[in-house]
Amino acid sequence: MNVVALVLDAGWRDLARNRWLAAYAITFFVVAEGLFWFGGTGPQVVLSVLNIVLLVVPLVSLVFGTLHVYASREFIELLLAQPVPRGRLFAGLYLGLALPLVGAFLLGAGLPFALNVRAGASPAALAALMTAGSALTCAGAGAAMWFALRTDDRLAGVGAALGAWLLATVVYDGVVLAAATSLGDWPIERPVLGLMLANPVDLARMLVLTQLDVSALMGYTGALFERTFGSAIGTTVAVIALGAWCAGPALLALRRFRRRDF
Amino acid sequence: MTPFGRSQPRAGHAGTAAGRRWRVTVAGLGLAIAGVPLSGVAAQLVVDPRGPVPTITAALAAAQPGAHVTVRAGTYREPLLVITTPGLTLEGEGWPVLDGQEAHTVLVIAADDVTVRGLVLAHSGVANLDDRAGLKVRDARRCLVEGNRLRDNLFGTYLQRSADCRVRDNDIEAHGTRQTTSGNGIHLWYSPGALVEGNRVRGHRDGIYFEFSPGGVTRGNVSERSQRYGLHFMFSDSCRYEGNTFRDNTSGVAVMYSRGITITGNRFERSWGAAAYGLLLKDILGGTIARNTFERNSTGLLLEGSNRLAVADNDFRQNGWAAKVMANAEDDRFTGNLFVANAFDVATNSRSSNSTFDGNYWDAYRGFDLDHDGTGDVPFAPVRLFALVVEQHPATLVLLRSPLVGMLDAAERVLPVLTPRVLIDRHPRMRPPR
Repeated sequence: MNVVALVLDAGWRDLARNRWLAAYAITFFVVAEGLFWFGGTGPQVVLSVLNIVLLVVPLVSLVFGTLHVYASREFIELLLAQPVPRGRLFAGLYLGLALPLVGAFLLGAGLPFALNVRAGASPAALAALMTAGSALTCAGAGAAMWFALRTDDRLAGVGAALGAWLLATVVYDGVVLAAATSLGDWPIERPVLGLMLANPVDLARMLVLTQLDVSALMGYTGALFERTFGSAIGTTVAVIALGAWCAGPALLALRRFRRRDF
Repeated sequence: MTPFGRSQPRAGHAGTAAGRRWRVTVAGLGLAIAGVPLSGVAAQLVVDPRGPVPTITAALAAAQPGAHVTVRAGTYREPLLVITTPGLTLEGEGWPVLDGQEAHTVLVIAADDVTVRGLVLAHSGVANLDDRAGLKVRDARRCLVEGNRLRDNLFGTYLQRSADCRVRDNDIEAHGTRQTTSGNGIHLWYSPGALVEGNRVRGHRDGIYFEFSPGGVTRGNVSERSQRYGLHFMFSDSCRYEGNTFRDNTSGVAVMYSRGITITGNRFERSWGAAAYGLLLKDILGGTIARNTFERNSTGLLLEGSNRLAVADNDFRQNGWAAKVMANAEDDRFTGNLFVANAFDVATNSRSSNSTFDGNYWDAYRGFDLDHDGTGDVPFAPVRLFALVVEQHPATLVLLRSPLVGMLDAAERVLPVLTPRVLIDRHPRMRPPR
């Protein structure tokens, strides 16, 4: 059997038994289903789930991923003792972490929308939401592996992951807000849009919002967003940037994994 | 009706079809033979490209006060047509086309009590010096413009200094693609007491335009895809706007410099863009804005320098900003309105507020109702901190629905520092009123 598939399978089995993962999926299901239950329309539920996705998905994938890598330490060392290429081993480990998380998210968040088709969430908005959540999971998982492989100190590793989460979800937006308000007299619309590309959480948010007809309503800046992110080209750019955000941390972690002396 | 209206000949022939045909033939023969207008007889005239009276010009010249001119199907390329006969009725049969040949205004009404009905008025062409129109009404009272089709004109119907006219059930479509090469669909200038009802206007600069025309009623019109405003009125006091639909207009609807206006039961939809407003009110004194629907506009309702307005029972849905109430709008009262799925419910440009909100429904309200009287026990502050920030720094809009912004809003709600503390709804409804 292929090494990647073998390691992936092991990781999958390990995580599938994990109660936290089940709780993660159930949380999304309960929240989305609950919103529909209380009379939410499709677009409203997409927006509410988006709020949770932006906060919870990066947090869980970062912290859970870091802890998972530390917990798999002995398993990794065992496999490294075998004649197995490190790249393949890493691919198996990474996919074994990211795929169950993505699966749990898609299942937990997707099922309520499938059950409430008549509530009228637009397919485009739903696809954007699922893409955004999956991409955030992949980026978080890659970054988590990188943090965990950098240091053997669990506390430092988890601390770094938490720091990254705080940076991406709150601090970064705070800096953008401060910059945009203090440089308000300059034509900063386009630079600010560029800044959005540099943060996966913002990118995920923009991707979903432009599918919801909200941003296009918002005057000149909104029109610019709509043109930039809402058009076919803009959406493609956003998806590619999200893809880069998936690949980047994972490649960093792979480099670390190749060079590291276990 | 003038005293010598069309009731006179009708009395003689009892209005029978046979009698009418006979009379028409006589009139036609007389015209054909003499080539000059007949006097006294020609109360009924028929213009037909293949008949004895082939041009409208000839018929108008022949018509006596109160005459009824029927225009049969066909295309009429004639010089400027001017109706100077009072009480005349010009009626099309089978949609005759009156073509301005891109060279001049098609038809002018310059007499009182004239009726124009069932005509296609087309191709006035564009001119920079004169306001060419499909139909112009000049210094005439009590005209009735009804059921016509206006196509590809600079202005559609253009009323100047014409009181108490009715413009009804016309279908008006412009061809121009730029503001500068397009006039207004229904244009009123110094024309008080007008009734504009049931018209459909598409693609003109302003769909319906009132200037210095007080006391008008605009009812049941559909004005869409205007290059500027769906409805634009200025210096027109005591006007009523009821049950109209304004849709996909580049800049929405603008109402300015008037007093005592009534705007009820209209729909303002899909005005998107930087300076697009579902309904813009500027320098209005006193009026009622009730039971309207504002849906999918960049800004639903903008109040600027507009005082003593009752804004009641309107629906604001899926707008960027549902209502922008500037600090110079005083004593406006919002009651019983519905705010659902807007990015921002209320925005303002100041910490103080001179308007009141009471008993509205806000989907963003998170309060409770312990005594079950239908109103929330905690007042609702509809102005979010972020709305204030975006108002001053538009670029920050990229952070819409960011978790950080949510936190800032929540903090501001608990401890208001920057948002107007006075702009609150003390009796927010727990359930939508409609």
